[in-house]
Amino acid sequence: MQEIISDVEQWRERGDQVALATVTWTSGSTPRAIGAKMAVNSRGEFVGSVSGGCVEGAVIDEARQVIKTGKPKLVNYGISDDMAWDVGLACGGSIRVFIEKL
Amino acid sequence: MSDFANRLTENLRAEKIFAVATCIGGNENVGAHLFIYPDGSNENTLGDAALDARVIADARELLANERSETRAYDDAQVFIETYAPPPRLIIFGGVHTAIPLTHYAKILDFRVTIVDGRSHFVTPKRFPHADELIVEWPDDAVPHLAIDASTYVVILTHDPKFDIPALKALSTTKPRYIGAMGSRETRRQHMQELRAQGVSDEFLQSVYGPVGLDLGGRSPEEMALAIMAQIIAVRYRHDGGHLMHVADE
Repeated sequence: MQEIISDVEQWRERGDQVALATVTWTSGSTPRAIGAKMAVNSRGEFVGSVSGGCVEGAVIDEARQVIKTGKPKLVNYGISDDMAWDVGLACGGSIRVFIEKL
Repeated sequence: MSDFANRLTENLRAEKIFAVATCIGGNENVGAHLFIYPDGSNENTLGDAALDARVIADARELLANERSETRAYDDAQVFIETYAPPPRLIIFGGVHTAIPLTHYAKILDFRVTIVDGRSHFVTPKRFPHADELIVEWPDDAVPHLAIDASTYVVILTHDPKFDIPALKALSTTKPRYIGAMGSRETRRQHMQELRAQGVSDEFLQSVYGPVGLDLGGRSPEEMALAIMAQIIAVRYRHDGGHLMHVADE
């Protein structure tokens, strides 16, 4: 978290807008535990992670939307998801990620 | 930055435990935050005093166990997250192995303190990543190191004139882990001497020595990895074997 915060502060200082994504719920085998975090800026740069790389791309897209609209969002990722082929978790677990603008 | 981001940053910098409750679904206050501290004091609101009160009670329980969880309150879904301060690693002996050990510990988000009575061993040039360098004898340093249950201690001096006073001073503290470099024979001699000085068997048994998991490496870097791996295993109360040999939970 400390490392994410120092990057976020640098981004804010240079005028970027930032969204924070947090794993708020997990089920089954998941690569990262509850509380795992990733920050995304308006340029699409990111720091931290919410999975083992499986859903980060999708989270970046969602986070840029959240930065635009200012509206927080809770997103599900998992094998049972309709988008499983695109952004599912290979390990078979499910996660919920809350994405909010800082 | 937003008020929330500012307060979060300030609290993280203070390195004291706190919790943040975030409304993540179910009502019009999604995105609202409530900060909760171990004594029950709090800042901000989830938008409803009755909901705040229920969340604060639950957050205090989660804080006590250093846990984070999403909980449902009628229609509202609230994520309560505990932010625990980073663990500390105190290394006695600014020897070669302490250098890679400091690197590993910093990557793992530990706060690292190096203590050595020999000033040329603890220079910022040798330990650019350490949080704190203390030139002091171990028994003088221990009383003011504020060793607690989130402190991990490793003794690398590997010399009875430093090891014995360090272990004796540490025997009155309660860190999460103590590891001491040295062979089985060294350990036997240390134990004998410390027992003679009145240190309890219970404490002596709790010291990990020879230090580290059995990874087989002999270089200082490999030994540092074995020590760091042991600290993580102790932190999560695991044995440190191969995952493929662990039975399904």
